[in-house]
Amino acid sequence: AENEPPWGTPCTQLLVFVATLGCDGFPNLDSKENYKLSVSEGSLLLSADAVWGALRGLETFSQLVGRDENGTFYINETEIVDFPRFPHRGLLLDTSRHYLPLRAILETLDVMAYNKFNVFHWHIVDDPSFPYESLTFPELSKQGAFNAMTHVYTASDVQTVIEYARLRGIRVIAEFDTPGHTLSWGPGAPGLLTPCYLGKDPSGTYGPINPILNSTYQFVTGLFQEVSAVFPDFFLHLGGDEVDFTCWKSNPKIRAFMKEMGFGEDYKKLESFYIQRLLDIISSLGKGYIVWQEVFDNEVKVRPDTIIHVWKENSTPYMEEMANVTKAGYRALLSAPWYLNRISYGQDWMAAYQVEPLKFEGVPEQKDRVIGGEACMWGEYVDVTNLAPRLW
Amino acid sequence: SRRAMVRAMGLAGLLLGLFLLPAVLVSTSFRHGGPPTEPAPEPAEWELASSAVREDSLWPLPQGLRTGAGCAGVCVCERAGGGPVAGAVTSGPRRRLCFPGRYYEYMFGQSWRRQRGRRPLGPRAEPELSQLQVVIEARDPGCHSYPPLAPRAAYHLTVTEPVAILKADEVWGALRGLETFSQLVHEDDYGSFLVNESEINDFPRFAHRGILLDTSRHYLPLKSILTNLDAMAFNKFNVLHWHIVDDQSFPYQSIYFPELSDKGAYSYNHIYTPTDVRLVIEYARLRGIRVIPEFDTPGHTQSWGKGQKDLLTPCYSGEYPTGSFGPVNPILNTTYDFMTKFYKEISSVFPDAYIHLGGDEVNFDCWKSNPEVKEFMKKQGFGIDYAKLESYYIEKILDIVSSYNKGYVVWQEVFDNKAQLKPDTVVQVWMGNNYAHELSRVTGAGFTAILAAPWYLDYISYGQDWKKYYSVEPLNFPGSEKQKKLLIGGEACLWGEFVDATNLTPRLWPRASAVGERLWSSSNVTNLQDAYERLTNHRCRML
Repeated sequence: AENEPPWGTPCTQLLVFVATLGCDGFPNLDSKENYKLSVSEGSLLLSADAVWGALRGLETFSQLVGRDENGTFYINETEIVDFPRFPHRGLLLDTSRHYLPLRAILETLDVMAYNKFNVFHWHIVDDPSFPYESLTFPELSKQGAFNAMTHVYTASDVQTVIEYARLRGIRVIAEFDTPGHTLSWGPGAPGLLTPCYLGKDPSGTYGPINPILNSTYQFVTGLFQEVSAVFPDFFLHLGGDEVDFTCWKSNPKIRAFMKEMGFGEDYKKLESFYIQRLLDIISSLGKGYIVWQEVFDNEVKVRPDTIIHVWKENSTPYMEEMANVTKAGYRALLSAPWYLNRISYGQDWMAAYQVEPLKFEGVPEQKDRVIGGEACMWGEYVDVTNLAPRLW
Repeated sequence: SRRAMVRAMGLAGLLLGLFLLPAVLVSTSFRHGGPPTEPAPEPAEWELASSAVREDSLWPLPQGLRTGAGCAGVCVCERAGGGPVAGAVTSGPRRRLCFPGRYYEYMFGQSWRRQRGRRPLGPRAEPELSQLQVVIEARDPGCHSYPPLAPRAAYHLTVTEPVAILKADEVWGALRGLETFSQLVHEDDYGSFLVNESEINDFPRFAHRGILLDTSRHYLPLKSILTNLDAMAFNKFNVLHWHIVDDQSFPYQSIYFPELSDKGAYSYNHIYTPTDVRLVIEYARLRGIRVIPEFDTPGHTQSWGKGQKDLLTPCYSGEYPTGSFGPVNPILNTTYDFMTKFYKEISSVFPDAYIHLGGDEVNFDCWKSNPEVKEFMKKQGFGIDYAKLESYYIEKILDIVSSYNKGYVVWQEVFDNKAQLKPDTVVQVWMGNNYAHELSRVTGAGFTAILAAPWYLDYISYGQDWKKYYSVEPLNFPGSEKQKKLLIGGEACLWGEFVDATNLTPRLWPRASAVGERLWSSSNVTNLQDAYERLTNHRCRML
């Protein structure tokens, strides 16, 4: 065609320059992901402060390369200076409601990299199943997984995920949600969950983790010692959401404890009692933590560097919650408008796109405390047969 | 209680054979186990279909099911000659008969124990099921024909040791019975295949049980369509309503008018060649599924205009054409010349007795803007009632299609806008508001109807929406007995605006299974809890 620019000399090399070496380390919240990409005649240059930025730049470079009708690969003259607005850009997968085979997780990590996500929030266990194979407590998955042979993540599987993620600049933050959402922990850890009562007698059903027993804290210490060693990221997600107090209220020993401690009828105080001890354990293991918003809402005393995960859309409008959390001095993560499991007809991507995470009343210091957000794909109706088309 | 009476049985061999009456017992190879050592089974506990054994998880639920106390083991042994038989098998001296070998794969190929290389454990005890005999009553079983309008799809299945018998009038019923039999065979924890003593008398409640696929909004590769046909057979659907072309693209490669797809398809790679079409029709036929193509006119035809000049109406702004086009131009003779030739081809390519002619959502704005069309309206005395122009067009198309001895299905607007329809027209009711009243009107006027309105499965939503599809009762409309008989069935529609090969299967299934049971099973099968339990198992089986 007449008006086509002539192709320049074919480029043969993309030069990648990284200021600080760090190929062997793990990415973290403070990792530098900025990069510069320069494409001009005869020169392709990608430069970054750290290898994580180089990864982002490489992805961008791959998106710039086009192919014409004759099959020739080409790239336009381009200058790009790029860096992420938010340092925590995460995706939550739920492997408890439905088990996800390893390949589904790895495939998801690939697509996350195409989209410059950098945190894989692994909601690994919950009420329905416990697929995490623990070295310290092997009975947990033996009794709690959907199938102890086929629906578990072995230590090797977990390392595979962590390394696969690392090579894509993705942090793996594991969530072991307590004290609620723990029914599957019960069969493999007798005495851990609170026995519910019907009048004077145990009903045979169980509730959240029993916060009044010393054995509980011994167990929790043992488990999180292992989890802290297995998952290299500084942060662990400790859950803390949707704790149903009914079972605790029904249990006479717990009622007695409430009296002893002077908590009155306020079971939030009992929840806080548990959470506080849990947080102390985690801190002593040298980890930081992320918790769901209830922990903040219920006024648990948490460390100043706690990250609060905002997920509820309705009880308080989530933007108000973001304002409250950041006003109280905590860092915040936003997920409330991004529950992608809630499918609907048509182009619902637009609603997710139009969310402005900083659209709340607050001073600049508050806005700085919003470190990012996460898209959540809860697993009630999701397994390997529909994960990819539902998420992407 | 019934479980307590189940006795595991061992097995010799299971073979499928196909016979004509007078029935000739053909026993091909099987290994006998030892003689039965247990006493004769006690009188069976007869139970209603709705409380059948969980592991059977039949879907759709048969009209009549009685399960006995006994349970037979089914052995997966080497067949005579080795390997599963696909295609035709000779039975008796001269006849070659059709025989779906795929059912062997369905029942035994997926064994999870086998997949892990483990052999079945334990010695196999008696009694054993050594044979499934399939008996087809009609002189011509129908093996070489296309599924008819109202196939005799009833079947009778008796499972007792040592021989199970599947009886049907025609092969179409045998196919349905074979599917049910395959659902009865289950694998226990030790890798043995078992089947419970059963007697099933089954037939479909409605004769037209369809799935609509849209290959115009997004092209669907052959593989998707064929996989979908398999899933349809698992759920006893018997009609594929192929909405093959529309505004967005024209993937049907026409022999008489190759420009239609040359110019109208998304690309040369997004086409259905005559071979592709034949493949779909044959693949469907082998599963007892009719293929009804829909060439929707006069609206929904933007893509036709690319390859067929002057077919569509040029729209005007004042005195001048705008450059855009509207529905098919109903006032030109060339339109009807084209349609005559086009439908000649369609009538010969698609063997089904019916063609779907569309006729929905015709926007009159473009016609109203065109001075020649306005002139024509005057001449015909239509006034400003463009519904009359639409009917004028439709009636001419109906005549063309009738001349090729095809019946037709139309969307409800054609009836609503009072076109003159032949008495054997089928009207498809799709508009959601008050569809019950539309059904009354359509059947009240004496026309056959099929229901799609509550079953637009492209409208996804969060959670267990299968329940709302399952809870539809098609005959819940005001009308006489005679009217109710005119509702011959329904279709689950998966429009393609947001659907392509990457998400078709998980979006359509198992939600469409809910519609499948509603159209096949008895009207009193409505218990959601029971349906949930059977459906979860059925869904895993389909995977």
